[in-house]
Amino acid sequence: MDYNNLPKDKFVFAKREGKIADKKLETKPIGSFRDAMRRFRKNKSSVAAAVIILILFLYAFIVPMASHYTIEDRDGYYKMLRPRSKLFSWLGWDGCMKQQESQAGYDYYGSIGFEYGQSAIRSVQGKEIDANTGNPIYQVYVDSYEVVGFTYVDLVKEEYEALKEYQSKTGIQVVYPMPANYKTDFVAVTNGANLWYMLADESDKTSGEARDHDEEGRPIYVANYLKKSNKTYGQYDSIRLNIPGDGDDGQYYVYAVKNQTGYHLRVLYKEYYRYVHGYYADHLFGTNQHGQDIFVCLAYGARLSFLLAICVSVINLFIGVIYGAIEGYYGGVADMIMERITEILDGMPFIVVATLFQMHLSRKVGPVVSLIFAFVLAGWLGIAYRVRTQFYRFKNQEYVLAARTLGASDKRLIFRHILPNSVGTIITGTVLIIPSVIFSESMLTYLGIVNMETSGYTSVGTLLSHGQTYMSTNPHILLFPALFISLLEIAFNLFGNGLRDAFNPSLRGADE
Amino acid sequence: MLKYVLKRIALMFVVFFIIATMCFVLIKLLPVPTIKVQGRDANLVLQKREQMGYNKPIMTQYAIYWKNIFNFKKSDGSFGWSPDFGLGEQMYISQPVFDVLKEKLPYTIVVNLYSILIAIPLGLLLGIYAALRKNKWQDHVVSTAVMLVVSVPSYVYAFLVQYFLCYKFGWFSLTVASRETANFFSWTMFKSMFPAILSLSFGTIAYLCRFSRAELSEVLTGDYLLLARTKGLTKTQAITRHAMRNAMVPILPMILGEFIGILSGSLIIEGIFSIPGIGKLLITSIELRDYNFFMSLTFFYTLIGLAGTLVTDLSYGFIDPRIKMGAK
Repeated sequence: MDYNNLPKDKFVFAKREGKIADKKLETKPIGSFRDAMRRFRKNKSSVAAAVIILILFLYAFIVPMASHYTIEDRDGYYKMLRPRSKLFSWLGWDGCMKQQESQAGYDYYGSIGFEYGQSAIRSVQGKEIDANTGNPIYQVYVDSYEVVGFTYVDLVKEEYEALKEYQSKTGIQVVYPMPANYKTDFVAVTNGANLWYMLADESDKTSGEARDHDEEGRPIYVANYLKKSNKTYGQYDSIRLNIPGDGDDGQYYVYAVKNQTGYHLRVLYKEYYRYVHGYYADHLFGTNQHGQDIFVCLAYGARLSFLLAICVSVINLFIGVIYGAIEGYYGGVADMIMERITEILDGMPFIVVATLFQMHLSRKVGPVVSLIFAFVLAGWLGIAYRVRTQFYRFKNQEYVLAARTLGASDKRLIFRHILPNSVGTIITGTVLIIPSVIFSESMLTYLGIVNMETSGYTSVGTLLSHGQTYMSTNPHILLFPALFISLLEIAFNLFGNGLRDAFNPSLRGADE
Repeated sequence: MLKYVLKRIALMFVVFFIIATMCFVLIKLLPVPTIKVQGRDANLVLQKREQMGYNKPIMTQYAIYWKNIFNFKKSDGSFGWSPDFGLGEQMYISQPVFDVLKEKLPYTIVVNLYSILIAIPLGLLLGIYAALRKNKWQDHVVSTAVMLVVSVPSYVYAFLVQYFLCYKFGWFSLTVASRETANFFSWTMFKSMFPAILSLSFGTIAYLCRFSRAELSEVLTGDYLLLARTKGLTKTQAITRHAMRNAMVPILPMILGEFIGILSGSLIIEGIFSIPGIGKLLITSIELRDYNFFMSLTFFYTLIGLAGTLVTDLSYGFIDPRIKMGAK
């Protein structure tokens, strides 16, 4: 065949109309993000960590809105209540505490429940006789919610009437008779509202024979209420609830004492609390020494930490990327000058920076904003360093040269061609800023350098420092903030490691 | 090499000088604490302020400050005086800063020294062990524990140690023995500091363990190790003579950095265990607005930090002769 003179009619146009395009890919393309996600999902511990972070995050943002307690609710009576959870009460999470009590204390705690039916003492775990004095010592398991017992309150007339109406409508007794002026031998408690009783035959105590207790050592209580023959007599005005024996002998119990402003009454605090708030007190993490709910306080602190950390990491991301990109891309003199600046910023001790910002700015812009400044001042150095390294690695590669030859501007080269290479390290670095900011913030507030305890918010560090004061007697105040921050740090570190591995293409296929 | 070292040291001092100047100006710009005493005492405070040059321009004061630092012969302390401003709590009243520093520094150093002396061998051993048993259950146990300890904030262990060892079991006292009654290196002192030492070492152990595991396991995959084995060295010989020596190149500078770091101590651990060290001093000086102390401590911390970085950087060249320092 003569290849030089091929007949023209043998040629046919393959395609004359329409555009020539590549065939569609048969398989799905996998971009670097999708690839990273796929590898991340394979890492079970990181996925678990991500879920934990999400839960803690939701906790921090939902609880302050959803809970009926707020951080400003400070209950003067329900202080340092133990954590109580209905779901996990079998785990010992039942609001009770172990306590060592003398006979008088045992009688006292027993009396609180004796009057209204639910004992403050859940169980007696042991009884010893003190070798020196011969007095018994009880190991009792008391319900911290019941220990408060009764308190005195002062109400104005309208409030008193409303309370009376509430009582008659619901049938729940809130107001109890006033005790007569009498002292028992329990001296540790100044709250006289609980001392409503006399022990049977107490006068015989001097003879040495404890006849006020039955054979098993249980006290025999005799009500010692204030009585008046005329219920409207003088300054007294009492409501009478159904107490057997009241008024039989022409003597009435006194439920309220009139004073200048209104009425002085003795109430069962548990029921009074419910009357005021509409629910019984129930604190999942207990309460602290101010009577604040720790579950809510911790959520407020966590919310602040999260917001602060996210804010800081986003700002650091921007500064770090731009600074590192300029340093790495232009190099030379610009790089040298900028490196010296980073050196100076890096040399400043963080604690000093934070303190100075706090002292100079906290009055003008508030402690949180000045803390953000302190974190931002040197916080972006890590990201800038990483971005700079990536730029040094990629800026002289052929594809960059090709783009430059095609006329791409510096901006385009930086952001479209070189920066995407370091997306993995940038994301990992940004995520890992969050736990370090949360840790530093809790440290600064713990040390008291930053004071966040102004009205309306608190921080985890403040909670920790309060908790430490009561560590020996009430460890739960410290436990939950410490647990929270440990869990958060562990989860973030696992999550960050998972991300780092996921974005590291050299590990592709390593675990398959 | 010497030229490079000298250059780095000179650069360090330039950076230090810039930071120090910035901090000095910023601290001097802070509002002067109000005089809380009245009458004649207030006048005395004002006089003292005048005498100490507080009414001069800030840069003049700065020059005086540097002059005082290098004036070691002066008996009244070269770092300035803690000002008697009638603050109410006059903790360091009329005590030269330098003397207080000299008094507090040993506590910090001793606690940290003990802690790294415990932490370094333990951390290294655990790390080496984990690297040698890589991907076996021993490695997984060590790595998981290390991950937990590295993540959990140091004060959380401090709380745990304090709660269990000091309160619950009552093995250790809550306060540190005073230097009048016990020597710094005596058993009493060690025992009273033990909870703090323990809490400080956790972090270092975990950090060192993770680092040495990573380094050693990377070295162990090297071809020269295979060559060493094929030459006829036993596994132990190959590891101790070849792998360990190479793995130590990045580990040793890190340990050196830790040693420099013992001077600055740990603010939070000293706070929790009420060790009267330098960290506590910083917190107190901030609380009392005792700016002279705060300034001196700022200078001190900055210098320690910079020196730590410098020593770590330079030590690479000394430890491994293959690393050419200052080479482009």
